[in-house]
Amino acid sequence: MLKSVILTAGVAAATALSALPAIAQEKTEFRVAWSIYVGWMPWGYLEDSGIMDKWAEKYGIDVEIVQINDYIESINQYTAGAFDGVSATNMDTLSIPAGGGVDTTALIVGDYSNGNDAVILKGEGGLADLAGKPVHLVELSVSHYLLARGLDSVGLSEADLDGVINTSDADMIAAYATDDVQAVVTWNPLVSSILEEPGANKVYDSADIPGEIIDIMWVNTEVLAANPDFGKALTGAWYEVMGLMAAGDEAALTAMAEASGTDLAGYKAQLESTEMFYDPADAVAFTSSDALKETMVNVAAFLFDKGILGEGAPSPDFVGVAYPDGSITGDPANVKLRYDTTYMQMAADGAL
Amino acid sequence: MRLINRKPGRPLALFLMLVPFVAVIVAYMVGSDMRLSVNPADKLLPAPSTIADTAARLFTEGDRRTGRVLLWYDTAVSLRRLGIGVGIAALSGLVFGLLIGLLPHVRAGLAGFVAVLSMVPPLAILPILFIVFGLGETSKIVLIVIGITPFLIRDLSQRVIDIPREQIVKAETLGASSLVIALRVALPQIMPRLIQAVRLSLGPAWLFLIAAEAIASDLGLGYRIFLVRRYLAMDVILTYVLWITLLAFLIDLVLRWLSRRLYPWAGAGL
Repeated sequence: MLKSVILTAGVAAATALSALPAIAQEKTEFRVAWSIYVGWMPWGYLEDSGIMDKWAEKYGIDVEIVQINDYIESINQYTAGAFDGVSATNMDTLSIPAGGGVDTTALIVGDYSNGNDAVILKGEGGLADLAGKPVHLVELSVSHYLLARGLDSVGLSEADLDGVINTSDADMIAAYATDDVQAVVTWNPLVSSILEEPGANKVYDSADIPGEIIDIMWVNTEVLAANPDFGKALTGAWYEVMGLMAAGDEAALTAMAEASGTDLAGYKAQLESTEMFYDPADAVAFTSSDALKETMVNVAAFLFDKGILGEGAPSPDFVGVAYPDGSITGDPANVKLRYDTTYMQMAADGAL
Repeated sequence: MRLINRKPGRPLALFLMLVPFVAVIVAYMVGSDMRLSVNPADKLLPAPSTIADTAARLFTEGDRRTGRVLLWYDTAVSLRRLGIGVGIAALSGLVFGLLIGLLPHVRAGLAGFVAVLSMVPPLAILPILFIVFGLGETSKIVLIVIGITPFLIRDLSQRVIDIPREQIVKAETLGASSLVIALRVALPQIMPRLIQAVRLSLGPAWLFLIAAEAIASDLGLGYRIFLVRRYLAMDVILTYVLWITLLAFLIDLVLRWLSRRLYPWAGAGL
């Protein structure tokens, strides 16, 4: 009896866990996850407008682009193997999938935050006035990273604050309205809503550290290696929409604005604080630059300092990061994050 | 013999009790093993040995920065919030339950209101709670109170109404005042019911506690779970989940023991 119970349980487990880590093999159906953010709205438009289907058909595959309402959950789902790709920042990808042993490649470097993330103080003052105050933010997020970089720039550290208080992004605006909150760090569209409040004072934003908070479409390295067509279809479709956006296509931009819960003017305002790489050649140049290496070393040091790289991580160099020129930062024996310009270069050359 | 009359013997009953636990553990181990064989660094289903190591570390080793053993701090803070919240809810449930159950005027005024109030989803009005009660301890406790008090009031007032009318009449003929009837007839009878109702509402109370801690906090069991979720540290999350389960089970056990000890006459239904 016990044996049959164990057997049944085993079968149940096997069925329940059909979302096993993606194993490298040729396939024709792919799933990519994304979440609402100014620089990722094109993914939703790709799926709705049929542009994705058009490109997938060209390469004889099927790509499903799924919107996940919770950003971290989308990364967790990707890490668990339920998706072949996910839109995420360089920092969260280093900590969750790469730190979790899932070899991940940057397929499309879409944009970097150029003011979309901001430190906001209630009332007058500057960054140095944060000393002794509690700061509300989503802990361990890019907001936290931005705060750490900002405090560093004025010679302060987190220990000089009256603590950081983890506050859900969904409740950030309501939280800001309470008397307890003196300072918040958050991202758009929340930043623009909060800055509308009287007395809200932006003291530092990601435009002060340009190119450090990067939004990227990541794909599973093994899946990409076994299915180059998947990479080609995604890249081709993406840059078709980039072309539309660069040309100021009102219909496309309005669709994206509405999907992100704002109007065309609001969306354009958010795009202004986002450095979009409309031209694939710009993305290739950015990804090939030495500044990216410095950023990744900074990010790894931050993650290690906060204990996010996990208990198995003996140093900030625990995860290796490979760059287009073949160089590596971190542990060369444990490369789990790769910047690869192959597909963006194809787009730049018009070879898709 | 009919199925409904067939009862398992003691050893078989014990075995049947263990089967679902074993099945869940085995299912977990199989799944974890399958994932780890594909990716040894998989974080989603850590091996039981990893969870044991993490648990040992969380229970004994201090935080790198402050040297405090965070799990105990989290536990103390969360239990305090839970205790105060459930305590306030139980007390107001008892008082309003008695008033609504015994006094027709109060019943006419409040019963409908409480019934409607109990249908309001507390999590949906969180922003209002923040503005009114701030982001500190108060709003977390208030969320628990708002979440479970209407249920307690409704349950207890119904229990008071269910007290046989004959008992009340008898007390009246013996000259008891309304206050004496409330304190000597109704109160003793609904005390075991109160404990039972609190036991039932502990589940929702934990839920509201963890939800409140997830939203704005810097210490607490729910805070820690939502924080480490940001890097998929399932070994930490599962340790906390097991710990919360154990705490909830123990609290339930203590309440049941208390109820049996203080009100043995209330029967085996408790």
